[in-house]
Amino acid sequence: MARIELRNLRKDWPGVTAVDGINLRVDDGSFVALLGPSGCGKSTTLFMLAGIYSPSDGEILFDGARVNEVEARDRNIGIVFQSYALYPHMTAAENIGFPLRFQGLEKAEADHRVAEAAALVQVDQLLQRRPAQLSGGQQQRVALARALVKRPRLLLLDEPLSNLDAALRLTMRSEIRRLQRHLGITTILVTHDQIEATTMADRVVVMNRGRIEQEATAEDTYRRPRSLFVAGFIGAPPINLVPALAAGDRVTAGEVGLRASRPVTGEVVVGVRPEHLRLAASGVHGRVAAIEPMGREVLLALDGPLGRIHLLIAVGAGMPAEGAQVHVDFDPADTLLFDRSTSLRIEDVTLTPDAVVAV
Amino acid sequence: MTDFVKAQARRQRGNMVLFLGPAMVLVALFFLGPIVVDLVLAFTDMDRTLAVSTLTFDNFARMASRDSRLIASLSLTAVFVLCTLGIFNVTFALVLAVVTTSVPPRLGTFFRAVWLLPRMSPSVVYALLWLWVLDPNERGLLNQILVHLFGMTPVDLRTSSPVAVIVIANGFIGASLGMIIFTSAIRSIPEHLFHAARVDGAGPLAILRHVTLPALRWPISYMTIQQTLALLVSFEYILLITNGGPFFDTTVFALYSYRRAFESGQYAYGAALSLVLVAIGVIAALGLWRLMDMSRLLQSPRIEVQ
Repeated sequence: MARIELRNLRKDWPGVTAVDGINLRVDDGSFVALLGPSGCGKSTTLFMLAGIYSPSDGEILFDGARVNEVEARDRNIGIVFQSYALYPHMTAAENIGFPLRFQGLEKAEADHRVAEAAALVQVDQLLQRRPAQLSGGQQQRVALARALVKRPRLLLLDEPLSNLDAALRLTMRSEIRRLQRHLGITTILVTHDQIEATTMADRVVVMNRGRIEQEATAEDTYRRPRSLFVAGFIGAPPINLVPALAAGDRVTAGEVGLRASRPVTGEVVVGVRPEHLRLAASGVHGRVAAIEPMGREVLLALDGPLGRIHLLIAVGAGMPAEGAQVHVDFDPADTLLFDRSTSLRIEDVTLTPDAVVAV
Repeated sequence: MTDFVKAQARRQRGNMVLFLGPAMVLVALFFLGPIVVDLVLAFTDMDRTLAVSTLTFDNFARMASRDSRLIASLSLTAVFVLCTLGIFNVTFALVLAVVTTSVPPRLGTFFRAVWLLPRMSPSVVYALLWLWVLDPNERGLLNQILVHLFGMTPVDLRTSSPVAVIVIANGFIGASLGMIIFTSAIRSIPEHLFHAARVDGAGPLAILRHVTLPALRWPISYMTIQQTLALLVSFEYILLITNGGPFFDTTVFALYSYRRAFESGQYAYGAALSLVLVAIGVIAALGLWRLMDMSRLLQSPRIEVQ
């Protein structure tokens, strides 16, 4: 098991900077998710950790020792690829045992380790099958066993669930989590799926354009996003972001006036999540432009003076029809305030209701 | 049947003739026709006069008992095919494909283009270049190198090692096809497999053995069969470079039947000889097909959706 540290890590491709100087510490035995949209540099970072790409600049440290120059095969890591990357001509057993071929183990010991790893991910009944004879979920388990068989000090998961169907994804999510806890292995997961990141990992690292936007617990990325990007990326359906003006202790967005707990000035953005808005007798008004049933809840799109606003309400009586004029209200304590120029959240400010200007 | 359906059927027939017709005519003229002619000729006594007086099995009797060159020619053909195939068209093609895909892409493309050049030039030009390279006097390229760089005496490889000459000349041009096929097969291996192998602890040689070569199993089988058949009947470079000589030393079976027919004017005997070559080709193809389990290649798609 290992403690991982990235120092000013950078990767330049011709014409593009994929990873733009990131710093990160991953504690021994912890589970960290690198989360971000495609092209944010998360996979490049993972491949640099694996030793498949070499960094353009900066350092990668395993347990305090620099590994930049260490070959992938000498880093003692296990990796599961999005495509699973099983060797198509080998059986499941041969796939799992492949990393052991290069460790000079006795055959009996190697066989034992393969059986052990296969049992761990419950593929011990499928060992004689080839990848083409396995389902996606089974291939994934074999890939996990192959990654774990040499008892690596670091486990890397590259979008491991994205090729699975929804039900299987749920199962594998908790299973990988259980395995990670059971083995206590330091694990880094790369994903574009916030649910995957927040449900599996101890800490979430949100990346954007080669930089780390925020490194925090899943809850903090939702409740206390560091930037507009994190606020917009975490949470589904996405947060409503409304431009507003701040002067002194007053924040005004169209017809809405809020009072800030300390003076703020300049152009700001007020963020309110759809789940924090509710229909009310008075408040911000808007016309229902679209209704999207989402099972237990319904997503309403309102067009009003603040632009398009989404709100999530429980299915039930009093559901407005499309085209109806409605009012929405919210608890100002649930709002987030961002500085428009820096895109960062303005911390230590709580908002309280002020007069809602009648229209 | 409505008029519309009738018209549609008529149009389909018309299209069939239009699209398939030209190719069918070509196949009939240059493929089926010659086979029939050859088949008939093989059982006649046609010679330089082009007169046919009788239908006979004499040509086959002559092959079986009275042709002293036949065995030598057959064994030379075996040596020629095995060496060209084994050293160049498969093995060297494999080396070229592996090497040119491991170096930076531009360099790899450059070297593949260089190896493709002879294929793009007319065979006569290619043969002339070899004649210049092998020229026995001091102006020959090889001799210039040997004499001026190494201070050796000029050699005449066409006389001293003619079989090596035809193997090398055919191999240098033959390797390029395999190189292209193997290169595209290597390119189609998902990159993640190489990454996984590196992380799993495999070095370059282990990656070659466990990732690259298994993916080339079908292309290699295909190239072996295809090139065996191609080499069995190919003699244009041999004809142009050594003309089958010295004496009959490089007269492979295909060239032997050509020489019997067009040099000695024994058209019927030449036809009978080529009939034997066809039989050898069919047996070789079926044998290799079996040996390499090619039917499995045709049964299920080998493309893995990743």
